Amino acid sequence: MRLTVDHVTRYSYDHPVRSVVQSHRLTPSVFAGQQVIDWEITVSEGTKGSTHRDGAGDQVQGWTIAGPVSAVEVRVRGTVDTTDLAGVLRGHRETVAPEVYLRTTAPTRADVALESLARTVGDSDLLSLAHSLSTLVSEAIAYRPGVTHAHTTAAEALALGEGVCRDHAHALIAMARVRGIAARYVSGYLFAAQDGTPHEAAHAWAELHVPGLGWIGFDPANRCCPDDRYIRLGSGFDAQDAAPIRGVARGGAREAMDVTVAVLQAAQ
Amino acid sequence: MLSRTADNLYWIARYMERADTVARLLEVGSRISLIPSAHGYRSEWDSLLQASGMAAAFAQKYGDPVQRNIESFLFFDRDNPSSVASCITAARENGRIVRTALTSQVWDALNTAFQELKQLERTPRSELELSRLTDWITRHAAMVRGEIDATQLRNDGFNFLNIGYYLERGDSTARLMDVKYYVLLPRVDFVGSGLDNYQWSTLLRAMGAQRAFHWAYGGEVTAAKIADFLILNPQSPRSLATCTAGVVNHLGRIAKAYGRETPAQAKARALLAEVEGTTVDAIFDEGLHEYLTRFIRDVSDLALSIHDAYLSGEMR
Amino acid sequence: MAQFNEMYQGTAVRAPYARLQDWVAAMPQELRSLKQAEAEALFRRIGITFAVYGEGGDPDRLIPFDMFPRVFSGAEWARLEKGIKQRARALNAFLVDVYGRGEIIRAGRIPGQLVWQNEAYEKAVVGFVPPKGVYSHIVGIDIVRTGPDEFYVLEDNCRTPSGVSYMLESREIMMRMFPGLFRENRIEPVDGYSEKLRRTLASVAPKKCKGDPVVVILTPGHFNSAYYEHSLLADLMGVELVEGQDLFVDGEFVYMRTTEGPRRVDVIYRRIDDAFLDPLCFRPDSMLGVPGLMDVYRSGGVTICSAPGAGVADDKAVYTYVPEMVRFYLGEEPILKNVPTWQCGRAEDLAYVLDHLPDLVVKEVHGSGGYGMLVGPKSSREEVERFRAKLIEDPGNYIAQPTLALSTVPTFVEEGLAPRHVDLRPYCLVGERIELVPGGLTRVALKEGSLVVNSSQRGGVKDTWVLAE
Repeated sequence: MRLTVDHVTRYSYDHPVRSVVQSHRLTPSVFAGQQVIDWEITVSEGTKGSTHRDGAGDQVQGWTIAGPVSAVEVRVRGTVDTTDLAGVLRGHRETVAPEVYLRTTAPTRADVALESLARTVGDSDLLSLAHSLSTLVSEAIAYRPGVTHAHTTAAEALALGEGVCRDHAHALIAMARVRGIAARYVSGYLFAAQDGTPHEAAHAWAELHVPGLGWIGFDPANRCCPDDRYIRLGSGFDAQDAAPIRGVARGGAREAMDVTVAVLQAAQ
Repeated sequence: MLSRTADNLYWIARYMERADTVARLLEVGSRISLIPSAHGYRSEWDSLLQASGMAAAFAQKYGDPVQRNIESFLFFDRDNPSSVASCITAARENGRIVRTALTSQVWDALNTAFQELKQLERTPRSELELSRLTDWITRHAAMVRGEIDATQLRNDGFNFLNIGYYLERGDSTARLMDVKYYVLLPRVDFVGSGLDNYQWSTLLRAMGAQRAFHWAYGGEVTAAKIADFLILNPQSPRSLATCTAGVVNHLGRIAKAYGRETPAQAKARALLAEVEGTTVDAIFDEGLHEYLTRFIRDVSDLALSIHDAYLSGEMR
Repeated sequence: MAQFNEMYQGTAVRAPYARLQDWVAAMPQELRSLKQAEAEALFRRIGITFAVYGEGGDPDRLIPFDMFPRVFSGAEWARLEKGIKQRARALNAFLVDVYGRGEIIRAGRIPGQLVWQNEAYEKAVVGFVPPKGVYSHIVGIDIVRTGPDEFYVLEDNCRTPSGVSYMLESREIMMRMFPGLFRENRIEPVDGYSEKLRRTLASVAPKKCKGDPVVVILTPGHFNSAYYEHSLLADLMGVELVEGQDLFVDGEFVYMRTTEGPRRVDVIYRRIDDAFLDPLCFRPDSMLGVPGLMDVYRSGGVTICSAPGAGVADDKAVYTYVPEMVRFYLGEEPILKNVPTWQCGRAEDLAYVLDHLPDLVVKEVHGSGGYGMLVGPKSSREEVERFRAKLIEDPGNYIAQPTLALSTVPTFVEEGLAPRHVDLRPYCLVGERIELVPGGLTRVALKEGSLVVNSSQRGGVKDTWVLAE
C-alpha cells in the first residue's frame, strides 16, 4: 500500500525562548515491510544537527533552533510503500540484544493486577502466548481518549480499564516481560480511514520478541498485528524512550503543543 | 573565559562593595541619630531604610525602626539579601566556585572574612559595638580589594572584577547622596542650615572622604562643593566620574583583548561623556535627586548591557 | 586472624619502611601534634574538604590526614602496576565487546542477563565504539593486601572514581612539612598525574576535531561534595571547569559559553552520572546536563569520558567475572586476584551466605561509599538479623565476600603509633596509552579494628609512596 504522511507538530511558547534543542526519531524504519519513496523533515528556523542510526536501528536526528523564538514547527511529509508482513519485523538491522528489553521502566512496571492477568493464559508456544497477551490487553483496557495522560503507568491504565494506544502498549509490554518475553514500545503512523475506526494517526504499539521469528508487532488498541496500514518509526523501553520528538527549550516559558497528522492512501 | 566565571568574578566585586556600602550606611545612620532633628532620631533610620529600598522588608520582619533591629537587619540578617552577612557569604561562595580564577591571596582574604563572620555571628550581640562591626567590614572589604590589586593577573578576569567594583561603587555613591539630599533633609528650607551641613559632613565621613574633601575645597561644606566632589571630581575615588571612567577603562581593555567591541563599550563611553560634560549648576537646575535617579538608571542599563555582552553567555 | 602489618616482618622492620623508623623515633610527641595541626590547617586553607552524602552536618568537614606514609618497594609496585594495567585493559575490552557483538556472552563466559538487564547498560550507545576503543578512561581499582605478596581487588570503578585530589594534596603537604623525608627516601613523584590525565583526554578527541583538542571538566556544580577535586584537576590541567548550563549544542557540535562567544568543545571529562548527561536521551528532568549532547556524541562530534554506559563494567555482580575477562580478551592469567564473591541472586550462593552471615561482608550491588553494607564480624546479632531480612527480601541486590585479614600500616593515634587497616586506590589512565602514576590513594580506617575505610565512615587518608629502585 502506498501511504502519504503529513505530520505537523507545533510548539508555541508564552514568551520567546532563547533556544530549542530537539532529538527526532521521525524517519521510517528500514525493513522489508516498508520502503520510503520520499521523506522530508523540516523545522522552522532550525539547524540540522548530527544524525546517527542507533543500536536499535532507529535513525536519530538532532536539531537546534537559535532563539529568540516563540514558536517551532516540525513538519514531516513523505510517501512510503508498505507491505503486510503480519507484524514480523523482517530485515531490520539492529544490534541491541533482545534480552535488553526484559528490563522494566516506571510506566511498564507490572503490579499485582498486571502480573496475575499475564498469568491467566497458559504456556503454549511463545507466539500464541504473545497473541493471547495482546488479546487480554485489548479486552482489559477499552479505547477512550482523554482519560489518561503521558505519565499514566500500565498499572494505572489497567485499574482504570480505559486508555489510548500508549496505555495498551505499556500494558502489553509489562505483561510480556512478566512472562519472560522481551517487549518494547514502537511509535509510528497508522492509516485508519479504511474502516473508520477513531484511532489516532500518530500511533503506538508493542513489539514482542519470539526467538526464531524475531520481533513481532502487536497492536492491542486495534486487536491486530501491524500490517500495510502501519508505518514504523522507532522503538524504546516505553513511550518516552521511543518518543518521535524529544526537546528542551531554554528560557523557562510555558509550552503548548498542537499536533495534526494526516495519513492517506496514495494512488500507486 | 567562561561567561559564568566572569559573572562570578563580577559578583564577588559587587557583593564586597555592597557590604562596604551597608557599613557606610550604618555609620551615617548612627551618627545622624546622635543629633537632635526635626523628627527625632527614629525617622532618620526609617529614611535610611527607605532610601536603600529595604524599608518594606524591614517593617514586615521587625516593625518599628529601632537601631538595634536595624543593625541586625543590615548586618546579620540572612533574609535580607543586602545584609553584610548575605553579601560576604555570597562573595565567598562566588569565590569558591571560581577558586582557580583567583590567586590564593584573594581567596584567603575572602575566606577569612567569611570565617570571621561566622565567629561574629556566634558572639553575643551585647559585646558588639556598632563601630566594631563597621570597622570590621571596611577592613575586610579593603583587604579583598587590596589582594586583588596586588596579586591578580591583569587578564580579563581582573577587568570583570574591576567593572563590578566600579559599577557598584558608582551606584552606591549616587544612592548615598540621594539619601542625604532627598530623604534626610526634612524640608527644602533646611538647605544651607546647620543641620544640612552636619549631615553632609557625616556623609563625607562615612565615605572616608572628609579630609580629602577639605584638602580639595577648604572652607565651608556646601551642597555645590559636595556635588562637585562626589559627582564630577576625577580625583575623588568615589565620584561618579571616577567610577564611570573605571568602567570605561576596563571595558576598553576587554574590547582590545578580545578584538571586538560590544554595545556595552558604547554605552559606558556615552555615560562618561555625559558625566564629564555637565556642571554643578546644570545638575542643580535639573534637580540633584532627578540627576541621581537618572544616573542610577543609566548604571543599571549599563550593567544589563555588560551582562548581555559577556556574562550571560548568549552572545554569538 | 593474623594481620599483616606492612611495616614489620616479625619484629624486624621491612626494608621499604626502614628510614621511617628513625623518623618516628626522632619526632617527639609535641612536634607531632604541632605538625598534625599544621597539616590540618593546610588542608583547610586550600579548602580540601569532603561533604558526606546524606549525613548533613558540616559541609566543610576535613577528611583526617595521617602523616605516617604507606610505602611500597619498587618491586612491589612493578607487580601491582602490571596487574592494574592488565585489569584496566580487560575492562575496556569488555565494554567495547558488550556494546558490540557481545562475544564473551556468546561464548558463555558471562551470563547475558547480568549485562543486558543491568541498569548501567546503556541501550543508547549500543553499536558505538568511542575513539580509540576506550570506554573507561580513568579506572580506579580498589585493592587490599593480606600478606607480603597477597593482593586482592575489592572493586573496580570505571565511571568517575574520585579521590585523586587527596593523592595529590597529601603528597604536596608531606613534601612541604617533611622535606627531609623526601631527601632521605627516593620517592617516585605523583605530580605528573594531571599532565598524564590531560594527555589521555586529548588522545581520545573525536575524529571531527581539528587541531588541539579543547578539553573541559563537567561538574554537577559547587554543591557537589567532590567540587574541590573537580576544580583542582581543571586548574592543574589548565582546562575550563564547566557546568551543564555552560555548554550547549548547536548543529553538529558542543560549545561552551565564553566571554568571547561560543567555543567548541572536543572532550568532556564528566563528573556527573549517565542519567543526568542529556535530558533528551536520559532523565528528562535533568538540569545538570546538556540537551542534545548524546546525539552529538553518537555521531562523533564530541568525546565523553568516561563513555556513557561504562558503569556496566564496575557493577559488583559483573566484578566476579573480571578474571574471566582477562583470560578471554587478553589470553593472560590475571595478575591481581578477585576476592571470592557470592552472588546472592544465585540460590546456592544465597543459602551459603545466609548460613555464614556473621562471618561475611555483604554489599549492595549498586551501592557505594560504604553505605548499606554489613560487616558480619563487626556487627551485633540484631544488626545481622536486620540485614538478613533485607537480604531475603531482595537477594539479587547483594553480593557477599569473606572478611579478609586486611593489612595494617602504623598510624598516628591519640596514644602514639598504632596499626590501622588500609586499602589502596590507584588511578589508571587509559587513552592512546595506558599509564599509571606510581602511587594512589591510601585510605585508612581510623577506628581501631575497623575495616571500613570510606571517608563517610571515619576513614582517613595517607600519602602513598613508591620507592625508586
